Amino acid sequence: MFFRMVRGTFARQWKKMLMIAVTVALGASIATAMLNVMLDVGDKINEELKTYGSNITVIPQSEAVISKLYDVENNDVQTEYIEEEKIGELMTIFWANNITDFAPVNDTLAELNGTEVTLVGSWFDHHLEFKKKGTVYQRDTGLTNLRSWWDITEGEMLDEQKHSENCAMVGVQLAAEQNIRSGDTVTVECSGRTKQLEVVGIFESGDDEDNYIYTTLDCEQELSGCGDMMKKVEVSAITSPDDELAVKAARNPSLLSGDEYDLWYCTAYVSSICFQIQEAIPEASASAVRQIADSEGKILEKTQLLMTLITVLSLFGATLGISNLVTSGVMERSQELALLKAVGATNGEVTLLVLTEIMITSVIGAAAGYFLGFAFAQVIGQSVFSSAVEMSGMAAFIVIVLIIAVTLVGSIPAIRMLMRLRPSEVLHGGH
Amino acid sequence: MSKLLELKNISKIYGELHALDNVSLTVDKGEWIAIMGPSGSGKSTMMNIIGCMDKATSGQVIFDGKDISKESRRKLTEFHRDKIGLVFQQFHLINYLNAVENVMVAQYYHSMPDEKEALEALERVGLKDRAKHLPSQLSGGEQQRVCIARAIINSPELILADEPTGNLDEANENIVLDIFHQLHREGTSLVVVTHDDEVGLEAQRIVRLEHGKITSDKKNDNFHE
Repeated sequence: MFFRMVRGTFARQWKKMLMIAVTVALGASIATAMLNVMLDVGDKINEELKTYGSNITVIPQSEAVISKLYDVENNDVQTEYIEEEKIGELMTIFWANNITDFAPVNDTLAELNGTEVTLVGSWFDHHLEFKKKGTVYQRDTGLTNLRSWWDITEGEMLDEQKHSENCAMVGVQLAAEQNIRSGDTVTVECSGRTKQLEVVGIFESGDDEDNYIYTTLDCEQELSGCGDMMKKVEVSAITSPDDELAVKAARNPSLLSGDEYDLWYCTAYVSSICFQIQEAIPEASASAVRQIADSEGKILEKTQLLMTLITVLSLFGATLGISNLVTSGVMERSQELALLKAVGATNGEVTLLVLTEIMITSVIGAAAGYFLGFAFAQVIGQSVFSSAVEMSGMAAFIVIVLIIAVTLVGSIPAIRMLMRLRPSEVLHGGH
Repeated sequence: MSKLLELKNISKIYGELHALDNVSLTVDKGEWIAIMGPSGSGKSTMMNIIGCMDKATSGQVIFDGKDISKESRRKLTEFHRDKIGLVFQQFHLINYLNAVENVMVAQYYHSMPDEKEALEALERVGLKDRAKHLPSQLSGGEQQRVCIARAIINSPELILADEPTGNLDEANENIVLDIFHQLHREGTSLVVVTHDDEVGLEAQRIVRLEHGKITSDKKNDNFHE
């Protein structure tokens, strides 16, 4: 009988129910889109920021102490180095899969045609193999992706798998000053050692690097005479945005409780990845490039705030819409509902009937809205981040809870009216 | 005969208006009384108070020996659905439910819907063959008979009818009154609010109201089963 009455309402008030379903669908679609994007936006922004270079710098432990003591970023008289063979340890840490690229950056002063220039040795699409406990780790890595913003104005990007070790790339300003073209051979002198380098490309970086010469790590090591040593390693890792736990851990991981430590260690915070790098290479100090990490946090915070506001506003609108529609529906049905009370229905039973009708309508609207919202999220993902947004179970759960809350809150004025409905006034009238 | 209902010094005041003014009335079990009076005399107010759909401003309502005048609305609803059946002038059937379903609604909120019993109730009012018809497919008289079937389905002790023949032609009025006589013979108490003298004269007792006061309360000497 109960569902017969519910069915009867749908048959008779289908236009009103459709309006409620559409209102809920609109609210649910915006909430779904925003929540799915919001839950995925951390990774998306992270991926975006990866195009701006590394977010972790690994330097020798002693150099880190000097940097901290004297607050200097570049120490021109570096005496400590990281052994090249140790760098493979980066492929063994817990968050190895989150490390997208890494490359050593050995800078040294050299002479080019009688002018002092900065010579940087690094990897360019370098094939790295590392053996540990019978497992062979390997990957191709280097500056190719870590300097993705370089504009190759002439020639091509240096590629170790294609070019010899005595090849170089010259910054656009230096090339202009020295009249160097792609394909030229230049003579570079450093610490009394000389090498002929073939210029395979001219690049524009937009910063000081436009005055640098980049060559392979082997070449730089030979010229500077530092052997298989590295001054600095740039690491690009996909990280989770910092939160209170990450900030606390960044100060001192030993202050964390056992559970906090486990959570922090098993979350891809930049600080936990740095910590694990230091565990793997004890003589090195890994630190976050704060500009990148901070930008990520700020962008994420603002994006999420904006999306939260849009979600709240859309749900507020849906609540008002539902409130109006349900109230007018109850007013139209006041005689029928009063009759139910007159034949013995309690306020609770009549409320249950009306809420069931609205909830069924809301569920239908929310289901339609969820899929519509997910499609909307894909449009946002493709147009803003050029990638798909993953369907989140958490978002679905939150949308369900929000829609139930919106429906219940939107129904309050109608329920109050329903409670006050007196059969004696509606069915008889007069005194 | 034992008392079914007793109103003791009932007043209902709306602002300055005394819809009922210190009214006392007794209805015995199995008695059929008519409450008559002009519009605004307090008939509907009295019916609402007897039917537990409204509360008196002052006074006592004693139903079957129990004082219900101070009960909560929920308790009154429960009391009303167990003891009282309502018949309205405008029938008030749910238009998307057919005749038998309209009867079953009262069962649903009382105990359990039972189509067989609902059909029997329709049979008592001569409408079994119209059980699957929607209200819009029934005449006014038939709708009122469905309304009566709905009122009697839970075997109430009292049938409260508000102008039950007000919207009916003479033929249908007679059918409805015949049903009331049948219910009365079966021992059901009836309180019929009407301003129609012919309907009033069918009752055992006629109570007249004016300006919220009982002006006469007489036995109908012409009453016949």
